[in-house]
Amino acid sequence: MAALAEEPAEVAVKPDPDGTAPPQPPPAAPPAAPLTPAPAEGEAAGAPGPAGEAAPAKPTPPGPAASPAPTDRQTFLAVLQFLRRNNLRESEDILRREARLLGEEVAAAALSPSALGAPGTPAGEADAAGAEALLSRIAAAAAAGGSVAVGASATPGGAPVVAAPPGKVGGGVPVEEQPDVSAVLSAYKQQGDPALYEEYYSGLKHFIECALDCHRAELSQLFYPLFVHMYLELVYNQHENEAKSFFEKFHGDQECYYQDDMRVLSSLTKKEHMKGNETMLDFRTSKFVLRISRDSYQLLKRHLQEKQNNQIWNIVQEHLYIDIFDGMPRSKQQIDAMVGSLAGEAKREANKAKVFFGLLKEPEIEVPLDDEDEEGENEEGKPKKKKPKRDSMGSKSKKQDPNAPPQNRIPLPELKDSDKLDKIMNMKEATKRVRLGPEYLPSICFYTFLNAYQGLTAVDTTDDSSMIVGGFADSTVRVWSVTPKKLRSVKSAADLSLIDKESDDVLERIMDERTASELKILYGHSGPVYGTSFSPDRNYLLSCSEDGTVRLWSLQTFTCLVGYKGHNYPVWDTQFSPYGYYFVSGGHDRVARLWATDHYQPLRIFAGHLADVTCTRFHPNSNYIATGSADRTVRLWDVLNGNCVRIFTGHKGPIHSLAFSPNGRFLATGATDGRVLLWDIGHGLMAGELKGHTDTIYALRFSRDGEILASGSMDNTVRLWDAVKVFEDLETDDFTTATGHINLPENSQDLLLGTYMTKSTPVIHLHFTRRNLLLASGAYSPQ
Amino acid sequence: MAAEEKKAKLSHTLLPAESMKVMAEAVGIAQVPEETCQLLADEVSYRVKEITQDALKFMHMGKRRKLTTSDVDYALKLKNVEPLYGFHAQEFIPFRYASGGGRELYFYEEKEVDLSDIINTPLPRVPLDVCLKAHWLSIEGTQPAIPENPPPAPKEQQKAEATEPLKPTKPGQEEVGTLKGKGQSASTPDGKGKEKKGPVLEGAPLKLKPRSIHELSVEQQLYYKEITEACVGSCEAKRAEALQSIATDPGLYQMLPRFSTFISEGVRVNVVQNNLALLIYLMRMVKALMDNPTLYLEKYLHELIPAVMTCIVSRQLCLRPDVDNHWALRDFAARLIAQICKNFSTTTNNIQSRITKTFTKSWVDDKTPWTTRYGSIAGLAELGHDVIKTLILPRLQVEGERVRGIVEGPVVSNIDKIGADHVQSLLLKHCAPVLAKIRPPPDNQDCYKADYGYLGALLCTHVVKARAQAALQAQQVNRTTLTITQPRPTLTLSQAPQGPPRAPSIIKVPSSITLPVQTLVSGRPSTPTQPSPPPTKYIVMSSASGNSTSQQVITFSTSAVGTATSPVSTTAPGVQPVVKLVSTAQTAPSATVTGSVQKYIVVSLPAPGEGGKAGGPPAQLSPSAPSGLPLPGLAPPASTTVKLEPSDSPQAPPGTPIPFGKANGAQGGVAGSPQPSQ
Repeated sequence: MAALAEEPAEVAVKPDPDGTAPPQPPPAAPPAAPLTPAPAEGEAAGAPGPAGEAAPAKPTPPGPAASPAPTDRQTFLAVLQFLRRNNLRESEDILRREARLLGEEVAAAALSPSALGAPGTPAGEADAAGAEALLSRIAAAAAAGGSVAVGASATPGGAPVVAAPPGKVGGGVPVEEQPDVSAVLSAYKQQGDPALYEEYYSGLKHFIECALDCHRAELSQLFYPLFVHMYLELVYNQHENEAKSFFEKFHGDQECYYQDDMRVLSSLTKKEHMKGNETMLDFRTSKFVLRISRDSYQLLKRHLQEKQNNQIWNIVQEHLYIDIFDGMPRSKQQIDAMVGSLAGEAKREANKAKVFFGLLKEPEIEVPLDDEDEEGENEEGKPKKKKPKRDSMGSKSKKQDPNAPPQNRIPLPELKDSDKLDKIMNMKEATKRVRLGPEYLPSICFYTFLNAYQGLTAVDTTDDSSMIVGGFADSTVRVWSVTPKKLRSVKSAADLSLIDKESDDVLERIMDERTASELKILYGHSGPVYGTSFSPDRNYLLSCSEDGTVRLWSLQTFTCLVGYKGHNYPVWDTQFSPYGYYFVSGGHDRVARLWATDHYQPLRIFAGHLADVTCTRFHPNSNYIATGSADRTVRLWDVLNGNCVRIFTGHKGPIHSLAFSPNGRFLATGATDGRVLLWDIGHGLMAGELKGHTDTIYALRFSRDGEILASGSMDNTVRLWDAVKVFEDLETDDFTTATGHINLPENSQDLLLGTYMTKSTPVIHLHFTRRNLLLASGAYSPQ
Repeated sequence: MAAEEKKAKLSHTLLPAESMKVMAEAVGIAQVPEETCQLLADEVSYRVKEITQDALKFMHMGKRRKLTTSDVDYALKLKNVEPLYGFHAQEFIPFRYASGGGRELYFYEEKEVDLSDIINTPLPRVPLDVCLKAHWLSIEGTQPAIPENPPPAPKEQQKAEATEPLKPTKPGQEEVGTLKGKGQSASTPDGKGKEKKGPVLEGAPLKLKPRSIHELSVEQQLYYKEITEACVGSCEAKRAEALQSIATDPGLYQMLPRFSTFISEGVRVNVVQNNLALLIYLMRMVKALMDNPTLYLEKYLHELIPAVMTCIVSRQLCLRPDVDNHWALRDFAARLIAQICKNFSTTTNNIQSRITKTFTKSWVDDKTPWTTRYGSIAGLAELGHDVIKTLILPRLQVEGERVRGIVEGPVVSNIDKIGADHVQSLLLKHCAPVLAKIRPPPDNQDCYKADYGYLGALLCTHVVKARAQAALQAQQVNRTTLTITQPRPTLTLSQAPQGPPRAPSIIKVPSSITLPVQTLVSGRPSTPTQPSPPPTKYIVMSSASGNSTSQQVITFSTSAVGTATSPVSTTAPGVQPVVKLVSTAQTAPSATVTGSVQKYIVVSLPAPGEGGKAGGPPAQLSPSAPSGLPLPGLAPPASTTVKLEPSDSPQAPPGTPIPFGKANGAQGGVAGSPQPSQ
């Protein structure tokens, strides 16, 4: 039943809570990524044992659990409402009889349709913020019944008017996915004379402009949300002309980084348009968060009370969340650094959870003896030098990082022999790694995709830099070998049976020499391929596409193994976990999903973004996932329990690239605004801002030792930044940590180590080889 | 304020209600009320905006700057609307404008197409397949100057430096400026990147002659040596290559002072020694430098102009003035000077007026020998019709008398006679077209004689001839423009469903002289698919600062290909060898470079004999991957390669038989790409 299906979506972090969802298929022995038991929901989230003390919010689902009774009730009422709307009267009666619900209660429900509509809000509303908003709405509705303060129209006399919209909608368009729009909108009831809106707004504007300097910057934050909500109210109440003139008059005052939203708003002039407009819904369903000092807030409150400016006061009450802090008001610069996202700044509590950003302990692998001989062949007289080095590395990895998560916090696949070999190779290469720094910049090798006719949409490189994959707009995925070793597929079953399975080179024998080529084309998608990712063991390849699927390809047979369907809309990005087995995907449906290769359904759904999830990255320790979104925020999610543990705001455009530093402490993000922002994950603070690019940044990568950050952009440049210096200057005193007020020095130019122009080739992928050579790639696009 | 600027853009743009009416009529609904139209217009405008905003999302995710029709299709799909099948936009949609009755209308003119035309036209060539090509964007922080990279100092910047040395870089060039600042503060280990551009910039305002300011890298020194030797050497084929390289290479900026000095010193010495051949070679170098689209010569004109002027007006340029054709050199140099004037003369430097003065002075002087006289006139004449009109025509009578003095008078010397003859023909050649323009048609022998004295009669006949020729030319011009436009429409039409196959069309116009390097490199897939590679020359140099001991020289020649292109190899004695210096330490199997500091520059020059072609394919400077990093160029299916051969190779000499192309196609894959395993 449709209504029931919505239920798990609401408790979104738990897509299949024990019992309610269809049972998981038994974790059949996975064909190639074996050994790991699937972290079934109850097992992972509620697992007692070592993870117990690590997961503070362990057994309870985060948001709705705070008030289970009202939520259940709301859900129930929503179901009833749905049944009635779809003329399933019989089912409704049965359900009601079962629940022994009294008639007046249902009637009461009809009186507060806003409360009814709430449970139907999109999956994105599932986190704590959403739940809170929901509660406040119920409270508001309850208050509306009794008190006159909210406005005359909310009295029972106005009820039929309010209740009317649902019927109208139900008759016309089927609203399966869209939340009950009219219910949501009904909060925009007529509360004042439309002609006075301009007066209200300019009155407040005048007040803020005349305020003391120190308060002005803080109070100016109010302009944008107030403007939006007042405009939407006017539009909702069908004062089209007033709305237009209001927009004309004041939209120029808004900060330039809200341009995109302004554009959406400007096209929205009719009540009918508001149905299904996502941006509008975002404004309505989420509270815009402002951070204001107590003094400034008092000032504002006093002003509004003096002026009897109920209109604005109501908006502030209902649609804004003001995060009040004690202390000095922030400067304009400080504010500008943090604002810009679709829903204002992150609340301070949102970034307080503990994050285990340390790296997992590397398994100890004995380096085989023949290693020495091999190197002796390559470079004579060097092995002596290397020995102490390797020892030091070994001891480093033995020490447990205090910030690291427990080793078995999430179950990880066990190492195979081939993985161990690869690790050894990696360590060997690491000893030959070039030490980078401002004095020693990396060489950059550029792979240009020629004749791609602007169709190149995604690129990835294997960790050992032996293969490059390109995703194209013509739905193909093309894998190139960039070493002399050609790509070969395994022989057919009939041929395989002829092979001597005991021979030493059986792995070599199973390959079909006739299929050797430098390029393999993988056909299967039916839309542009927006993301690709190699598995760490180079046996698999993931690709995600406009057609809503994520596909898993075998690099042994060059065929598609699985198509993961879950996102019903375009999937923008996907990435394998650094330990393999898990992968994450994010798409237009505003959620990121965690999958395991042997499960056809997602293990976790990370919901909370207010717009498309445009990029997804795993933390190096695989316990966290960062997602960037078109709502201009970056979120960090805990894989274990699906909680959002960090919300980073500050970008002024959709995020298009993410990169974790190799030590796991920092995150770099790039957006369409051409800026790279650096974040301290542990403290949840912005750590730096790198300005220089003039267009969208599509690629970010830290060098293997984290000294250099490379960024590649649509403006046809690769830039190198001094990552060491940024993090050296970082203020992490208690005050900054407590308040979250950062002072960023304007030193982008000092941190920029080099700018390398390409010849009209946008840079869309960057990769540091194990020896710190930088590989960049992009498609040549003749102007 | 950015917001202020954009204010206008955010107005409520709406489709006109009339459009709705027209559309309604088009589908057979007449008499739509005005109100309905307005409502429809509002709704449609909103939906169009909404879909466009969604389409933008697809553009961003597709990592493009241009919105395509497919983006709109996907946006429609998001809304559960059936996409518009069968619409493929061309790069540029030519909207036409019409107005009348106070209304303005923009429309897209769709021509009716005859199906049989489409069926009968041959299929368009298959667009080239996607392929991967590697090159060095940066080597330890320094960007190598190779065609794959943009020129190190764009021409505009060079110009800004030359003309406004004191002015700091403009806001638009901020990036370059900061890069430079960076390059200086971050002292790269070899110090090369540091001194690359900075000092030139700072040194310019103080010193007028920026000589030897910075050191050239080893590769650059070798390149310089190779090029200068080839330019003045005996092998014509090599010279053509070298000149081609000078004319097209994007990375010569730093070597420009050297070349400039080389030329000026060379002229100085060879004028004294009367070595005509070398002077000609040097002038050709000047020409090549002028032709290079990435160089801005203004800073070096103080050296180049005297050298060129010397070649125009020097009393003696060759050992045997009676036999050698030094006149051609004077003509050539005169054209160069004219080109310099055209490109660089400004009101501040007054190059043209200074040059004009110099010429006039030496011409007016009675004692000037005939050779110098010839040069002066040639120099003036090349400066254009205005100069001829104001400076030469008034002196025709005087000059005519002087010529008559030699021709009809007592025989003084053979040399003088030849000189006078040349001066006479030169004057006739240049003055006739000008006179044809300024004098009204009836050409009367007597009138001319009265006006121009001794030369009048001859001038008259020349003018008549010039008029006839002008008329003929006018016709020809018309005809050519017609032929050019013809083949276009069929091509674009038939290729449209394939997606925009841009590369072939780029290859078709390699002679678009503006930026030949860029277009060619772009259009070309990668080494293997490049058809019929001419004998190529690679100089691979590794400037190993550390372990130069472990180096090895591997030499091999592309003789297989060289012999195939026999017409070339006969003219060029000896096929160009491929020299490669590879250090053995590089044989690591994985795709990484070792930490040792090594640099690679591969200089590959086009086939000899081609350089002479005007606007021919540029020299190709390509980086070699280090041995561990192969060029991952990908050959498209063999059949495609072969098919593309004959038409697709801009480098194939015209009239190349097809079997030749095919034979080479097979070899091209092998010989064309430097195999890293070597």
